[in-house]
Amino acid sequence: MDSRLITAVQVVVGVPAVLIAYVWLTERLLAATSNRWQRRVRPWLWLAPALGFLGFFLVYPTIRTIMRSMYGKNELKQEFVGLDNYRWFFTNSDALGSLLNNVLWLVFFTAFTVGIGLLVAVLVDRVRYEALAKSIIFLPLAISMVAAGVIWKFMYDYKPPGSTQTGTVNALIGTLGLGPVGWLQSPGFRLSTFALIAVMVWMWTGFAMVIISAALKGIDPELLEAARVDGASEWQVFRRVTLPLLGPTLAVVSTTMIITSLKMFDIVYTLTSGNYDTEVVANLMIKQMFTFGDFGRASAVAVVLLLAIVPIMAFNIRKFRTQESIR
Amino acid sequence: MTAVATPKASGTARAGARRPARPRRRLALHLAVVALMVLWAVPTVGLLVSSFRPQSELSTSGWWTAFAPPYHFTMDNYRDVFQQSGIGEAFVNSLFIAIPATIIPLFVAAFAAYAFSWMEFPGRDLLFVVVVGLLVVPLQTTLIPVLKLFAEWGLTGQFLSVWLAHTGYGLPFAVYLLRNFMGSLPRAVFESAYMDGASHVTAFFRLAVPMSVPAFAALAIFQFLFVWNDLLVALIYIGLANSDNLPMTAAIANLVNSLGGGWYLLGAAAFVSMALPLGVFFLLQRYFVRGIVGGAVKG
Amino acid sequence: MNPWLRRMVPVAVLALAATGCSTGDGSSSDDTDLKGKTVNVIGTWGGDEQAAFLKMVEPWEQQTGAKVKYTGTRDINTVLTTGVASGVLPDLAGLPGPGQMAEYAKAGKLLPLDDVLDIDTYRADTAPALVELGKTEGKIHGVFIKAAIKGLIWYNPKVYDYGANPPKTWADLTTQAKANQGKAKNIWCLGLESGAASGWPATDWIEDLVLRTAGPEVYVKWYEGKVKWSDPAIRRAFQMYVDEVVANGYGGGKTAVATNFGNAGDPLFASPAGCQFLHQASFITGFSQFKSHKAGTDYNFMPFPDIDPQYSGAVEGAGDLFGMFKDTPAAKSLMKYLVTAQAQDIWVKAGGALSANKNAASYPDDVSKRSAEILANAKTFVFDASDSMPTAMNDAFWKATVALTNGSKNIDQVLGDLDNAQKDAYES
Repeated sequence: MDSRLITAVQVVVGVPAVLIAYVWLTERLLAATSNRWQRRVRPWLWLAPALGFLGFFLVYPTIRTIMRSMYGKNELKQEFVGLDNYRWFFTNSDALGSLLNNVLWLVFFTAFTVGIGLLVAVLVDRVRYEALAKSIIFLPLAISMVAAGVIWKFMYDYKPPGSTQTGTVNALIGTLGLGPVGWLQSPGFRLSTFALIAVMVWMWTGFAMVIISAALKGIDPELLEAARVDGASEWQVFRRVTLPLLGPTLAVVSTTMIITSLKMFDIVYTLTSGNYDTEVVANLMIKQMFTFGDFGRASAVAVVLLLAIVPIMAFNIRKFRTQESIR
Repeated sequence: MTAVATPKASGTARAGARRPARPRRRLALHLAVVALMVLWAVPTVGLLVSSFRPQSELSTSGWWTAFAPPYHFTMDNYRDVFQQSGIGEAFVNSLFIAIPATIIPLFVAAFAAYAFSWMEFPGRDLLFVVVVGLLVVPLQTTLIPVLKLFAEWGLTGQFLSVWLAHTGYGLPFAVYLLRNFMGSLPRAVFESAYMDGASHVTAFFRLAVPMSVPAFAALAIFQFLFVWNDLLVALIYIGLANSDNLPMTAAIANLVNSLGGGWYLLGAAAFVSMALPLGVFFLLQRYFVRGIVGGAVKG
Repeated sequence: MNPWLRRMVPVAVLALAATGCSTGDGSSSDDTDLKGKTVNVIGTWGGDEQAAFLKMVEPWEQQTGAKVKYTGTRDINTVLTTGVASGVLPDLAGLPGPGQMAEYAKAGKLLPLDDVLDIDTYRADTAPALVELGKTEGKIHGVFIKAAIKGLIWYNPKVYDYGANPPKTWADLTTQAKANQGKAKNIWCLGLESGAASGWPATDWIEDLVLRTAGPEVYVKWYEGKVKWSDPAIRRAFQMYVDEVVANGYGGGKTAVATNFGNAGDPLFASPAGCQFLHQASFITGFSQFKSHKAGTDYNFMPFPDIDPQYSGAVEGAGDLFGMFKDTPAAKSLMKYLVTAQAQDIWVKAGGALSANKNAASYPDDVSKRSAEILANAKTFVFDASDSMPTAMNDAFWKATVALTNGSKNIDQVLGDLDNAQKDAYES
C-alpha cells in the first residue's frame, strides 16, 4: 500500500527474526568457549536487548530526574538547591494531603481490584457463560481515559435537590428516597477520593481478573480432584489448594496494582483536578512539571515515588527466594 | 521430549474441574456472577445509550429515559465522529503503531524472562527487582531526555520512535509477568530436558514458550490496549514533528474544542475506538482455557 | 528589514487587499518559493474551532501552494513544555498564556514578530491593549489570534427583557433583579466545573468585581503580585461574590461546583426559569442550550454594569495567543497572513469567537457583533487577571474559588492560602 506498510511488515517480521537470529548466533559463538564461560556470559546475552531498552527509556531518564531534583526551578540558569525541593514536599500541606490520599488509593484500590478480580476469576470458572462474563468485566479496560471521564461524569452527575437527577447513581439512590449526593464534590470523609477509587476499580478489575484467570487455568485439575476425593469441601479446596497455588500470581497482580495506584493521576486530573481533597502525588508532579514548569520540584516528587516502592520490592525479593526453593 | 511440549486438548481436563453441586449453591453462584456483570456493565451501557441521544437532551435527562416515549435516538454523534477530518487515516496510523509496539516487547521480554527464570548468575534477584521497580517511573519524567536524543537521531515524527518507546515503557511489566509465569513452571520438566541434552535455546522454544501461551496472550492484550489508548507518547514523539502520523486517540481528543465543547461526541468515539481491542480480546480468549499448561506438564 | 522580507511584503499586501487597506501588485513569483513547503502548527483548538482554523488557512494554502499541518491538543502545556525543553518545536503554536509566552521569549525559543508582521497595519487594526499584551522585553512575541469579552451578563428576554431598560449600575441591576424575583427560581446561574481548570468562571466573577470596585490600577498590581490577597480591595470582591452571587445562586454553591460551566446557562431556558442571569464570556454562545437557541430572541446580553462610577467603562477580555518558534519563510508568511482582516473574517464568520482585528466584521449575528464592538471601543481594556498570573498562582486561585463556593473553606482561610501561594509563585 505505502511505505509505512512495508516498514511495519519489516518490523513485525524482522524484529522477532533478528532476535531469534541473535540468540542463535550468540549460542554458536558460545559453543566455542568453555562450559564455565558459557554459564557466566549467556544470561547477559539473553538479557541484553531488554536491558538496552530499559536503560535508554527508563534508567537514563531516572538518573537525570534524581539529579534534577536537587536543582531549582529555572531551566536557564540552574542553581543547586540541595534538598530544598524535598523540604518543600514534606512541609507543603497539599503535598502531604496528597500523600495521605495515595495511602487510601494503595490500600483500597489494590484490595478491591485484586479481591474482585480473584472472585470473578474463580466464580466464572464454574459457569458456562464464562467468556461473556469475562468480557464484560474486561470491557472498561479497553475504554480510554477520556471516555471514562465522560462516563463517570454522567454516573456521578449532581443536580440540585428537587430537580430531576440525570446522574445514574443519584437517580438510583433517589428512588430509595436518599440524596442527591455530590459524589465528586465532597471533601468530607474523603468521599470524593473513594468515588474516584471506585472508577479505577471499575477499570482495572478486568486486568487483575485476566491474569488471575490465566493462572487459575494453569492449575492441574487433578490436584483439585484429588482434594475433593479426599472429602474436602469446595471452600477447603479453594483455601488449601487453589489459593496457595495462585500465591505468586496474586503477588504479581498486587505489586502491579500498588504501583498503578502510586502512579495514578489521570482520573483525578479529568474528574476533580485535585479539588475537594482528592489530590494525589502523581498529579502534583505532572502539574509542577507541565503547568508550573518547575522541573526541580516535579523531579523531587518523582523520586519520592521511587523511594515509596522500596519496601514493596524488598517483599518481592523475599517472595522470589521462596518460590525458587519450593518449585 | 516433543511429547512434553505438545499442548493437549482441554476437553477432559475441563470436565474434571466441575462436579455437580447442590442446586441452591448453583443459584447463588449464578446470582453473584450476574450481579457483578450488571454492576460492571451499567456505566458502559449508559454511555452506549447516550451515544445515540441528541446533545440537547444529554444534560437535562438521564440516559434511561431514552427507553420511554418519545424515543429520541440519533446517529448524528457517530456521523460527526466519522466526519472528523482524517479519522480514517488516524485509524490506520493506530494500527501501524500498535501492532509492532505489541510484538517487539513480547519477544524482547520473553528472552529476558527466561534468563531470569532458568539461568543462574550473580545478582539475579536484585537485577530483576530493579527491572520491576522501573514500573514506578512516571513516563512523563522520561519524555524530555528521550525526545532530545530522538531529535538528534532524526526519529521524531516517525513510527519507529513510538515503537521503540512503547517497547521500553512496556518491558518492566512484560518481564515481570513472564518471569513469574515461566518461573512457576515445574522444575522437573526443565531438568529432565537438560538431562536429555537440550540446550537453553531448545528449552526456551520447546518448553518455556509453548507452556506460557496464556501469559503471552494476556500480555499481548494489555500491551495492545495501552498502546492503542495512548495519547501522550504519540503526541510528544510524533505530534510535535509530524501530525500526519498521529494515531486515532489524537483525532478523537480533537473532537472536543479548547473549552470542552463537543464532549458529547466522546461517547460515540469511545465505541468506535473500543471495537478493535475488544475484537483482539475475543480472539485471544481461546488461549485462556484450562489444559494448555496442564497438558504440557503432564505429557 | 532583510532582503527576503522586502520581497515578501507584496504578498502580504495582496492578502490585505481584500480589506481595502492598500493597493499593490503582488508578484506571484514569491509565492512559488513556498510551494510544497509545510508549516507545523500546534494549538489547543479542536472540534469546531479546528475546522474553523483549517478553513481560515485554506486561502493561504491555495495562494502559496504551501501546506499547514495542524496538531490540536488540550494538553498544550505538556507538549510545549516538553518541546521547548528538548528543542523539538513546531513552526507556529498557540501559547497557553502570557506567562509562558514571556518565559519562552526570554529563553530565546519564541521569536520576535516585529519584522514578520506588517507592523503598521497590525497596530492600526488591533486593540492597543492586545498589542501591548503580546510584548515581551519591548518586542512583539505573541499575537491574539482570537479574542473574547469576559463578564457579559446573559439573560432570556422571554423571561424578562432587560434590553429595554438595561441597568446602568450594580445597584440598579440588583434592584431590578429583586423586582423580577417571581419570574425565576433565583437570580444567578453559576457553574464552575471545567475539568482541570475548574473554578475559572468564579475567578472571572471576582476579577470583574475587583476591576469595578478597586479600578484597573489595583487590578493590574494584583495580578502582578504587588497587592496581597488579604488586601481590603481584593477581600471586598470576594465578599461580594459570596454574599451577592453565591447566596443568590441557583441551587446554591454545591450545585455551582458540580455544574459544568458550559451547562450552567441551561436553567435560563427552562420553564419555569431557574435563574435570571448568567455571567459568562462571549464564547458561551457555542455551548449547550445557547447553541440550540436563537441569539437575540431567546437569549441576549448586557455589559457588566458599573459599580464605582469612577472606573466606568472598564472591560475585561481574554484571548488565544499565538507565536512563532521557527524562522522559516513559510512560517513567517503564514503568521503574517493569520492576523490580517481577511483571515480573521473567516474565523469570526464561524461564530463563537471575536477577532482582535477591528476590520474583521463578518459576525454571524447581532449578539456577537455587539460584543465585538465592546472589545473595539473599550475605554479601559484589561486582560483576564488569572490568566496573567504565574500558572501556580492561577491554579491556586481556581482551587480557592472552588473551595469557597462549595463552602468547604471561608473567605479568611481562602485568602490566607492565596497569600501563601503568592509568596511562592512570583519568585523565579
